[in-house]
Amino acid sequence: MSDDLYDDYILDHYESPYHRGHLEQPTIAHEDDNPLCGDRVHLELLVDEHDRIKEAWFDGHGCAISQASASILMKDIEGKTLDELRDFQAKQMLDLLKVRLTAARQKCGLLSFKVLKTMVYTLDERKGAMSPTQGGRG
Amino acid sequence: MSNAGLDSAYDVAAVRQDFPILDKPLPGGMPLVYLDNGATVQKPRSVIEKLVECYENYNANVHRGIHSLGDQVTTELEAAREKVRALLGADEVEEILFTSGTTMSINLVANAWGRKFLRAGDELLLNEMEHHANLVPWQQIAHERGAKLRFIPLTADGRLDLTALDDVLTDRTKLVAVTAMSNVLGTINPIGEIAARAHARGALVLVDAAQSVPHGLVNVNDPRVDFFAFSGHKVYGPTGIGVLYGRRKILEAMDPFLCGGNMIRRVRKESSDFAELPSKFEAGTIPIAQAIGLGAAIDYVQGLGFEAIAAHEHQLTARAFDQLQQIPGLQIVGPGLAHRGSIVSFTVEGVHPHDMAELLDRKGVAVRAGHHCTMPLHEWLGVTATTRASFALYNTHAEIDALCEAIQYARQVFRRK
Repeated sequence: MSDDLYDDYILDHYESPYHRGHLEQPTIAHEDDNPLCGDRVHLELLVDEHDRIKEAWFDGHGCAISQASASILMKDIEGKTLDELRDFQAKQMLDLLKVRLTAARQKCGLLSFKVLKTMVYTLDERKGAMSPTQGGRG
Repeated sequence: MSNAGLDSAYDVAAVRQDFPILDKPLPGGMPLVYLDNGATVQKPRSVIEKLVECYENYNANVHRGIHSLGDQVTTELEAAREKVRALLGADEVEEILFTSGTTMSINLVANAWGRKFLRAGDELLLNEMEHHANLVPWQQIAHERGAKLRFIPLTADGRLDLTALDDVLTDRTKLVAVTAMSNVLGTINPIGEIAARAHARGALVLVDAAQSVPHGLVNVNDPRVDFFAFSGHKVYGPTGIGVLYGRRKILEAMDPFLCGGNMIRRVRKESSDFAELPSKFEAGTIPIAQAIGLGAAIDYVQGLGFEAIAAHEHQLTARAFDQLQQIPGLQIVGPGLAHRGSIVSFTVEGVHPHDMAELLDRKGVAVRAGHHCTMPLHEWLGVTATTRASFALYNTHAEIDALCEAIQYARQVFRRK
């Protein structure tokens, strides 16, 4: 865990992001922002028939932490299942960044995590709605 | 820090001794380079001591106690009110209302004047450089009353485009709300011309003077305006105290905004009569010590002289302007020096303002990053955020150099050549 917010790992992802761009037909897409600072992250996932993330892409703008963390997250989740992502915790997201974030900057570092979690829950809802055996919503 | 041999109307090194916080090193041991003065300025010892004097010697509620402390604190408070009146050049001391700050002052007018006098189809004239505090209250009251907001267009360099004023200032315009100095662009607006043209159309003029008062743009009669709002903490006074100046006739015609103690003359079970000005708009216990502290702050800035302060700050701004423009990829937003107060906001290619502010902080340089409570302005600028350096009477030329060096450091961290 580095104390330097702007170590090479973060800056490399900021300058040469992994999968910055868009999918042609994402299974799901979602975005959110931090209105106070203007950071914005848009995520797109391609999920296969086994509920596994086949591809993950992002777009957005904002500080190095918000954009690098999205890039790091995209790289990390490809190949993971929705079950695994359901258990994925904020603490693990912060560990992925390999730098210690102050409370003020955790918002930036967790923006893409928040978007991802929303997508996972939305996919669960969709599934519930489609499968009569699970009774759908409420 | 020395003033590097440059002439100033006062001795900046000596003035810095008046501000206890300025020579306290930061937690890391670095000296503080405080360039976030647009957010709030540091306090001189005389203001801090005035607060202590008040709490240690004559703390009591005002206009109430028939006892000697009550008399003394009321005398001090009313002396502070008179200092504000003199500072603003207002005709009468009853036209000076104490509030909690600029935001409260503007909300008071929007609610107490707007609710009573705005009709469906009336128009309020604003512009995109306004702070949210001089925009959102008007949105709310316009929505409630069925009034319409209109906006003076901006020129490409971030000034009000007065050639287009007649397109938006009409006989339906009831009030023009305008900042005397933009908190992002630094633009100093021509209040005189706007007020004259608004008055010719029968509209009232409210000036948001939060940024302009510390630099000496303070008069309410030259040019003549109807409402004038500012905050104590931006003019070297305490937080929690602000001022609303309003022309007597208008204030008398308005209904109260906040209701409760002090603002009444007589209360019956079903209805009440209200107090005379200024009490009518000062419900409850106002920030007494803070108001008295504001009086001490006014004494302090007048002791140095607004002309001298403005001249010193202009030198700082000119130096910043000159040096910042030499930094590759740095873009200053807003007009040239001739139209600007001591605020310089900028973007640097490849370094987001939040990263910039964090890296400047490592060098002890305190600035602000973000949208500075002006989201429509940043939309107009086409950026989500800027970094803002704002200068006060105690800043030095060496601190401008420190800012520029720290920006270069941030660029290096982000591998910018």
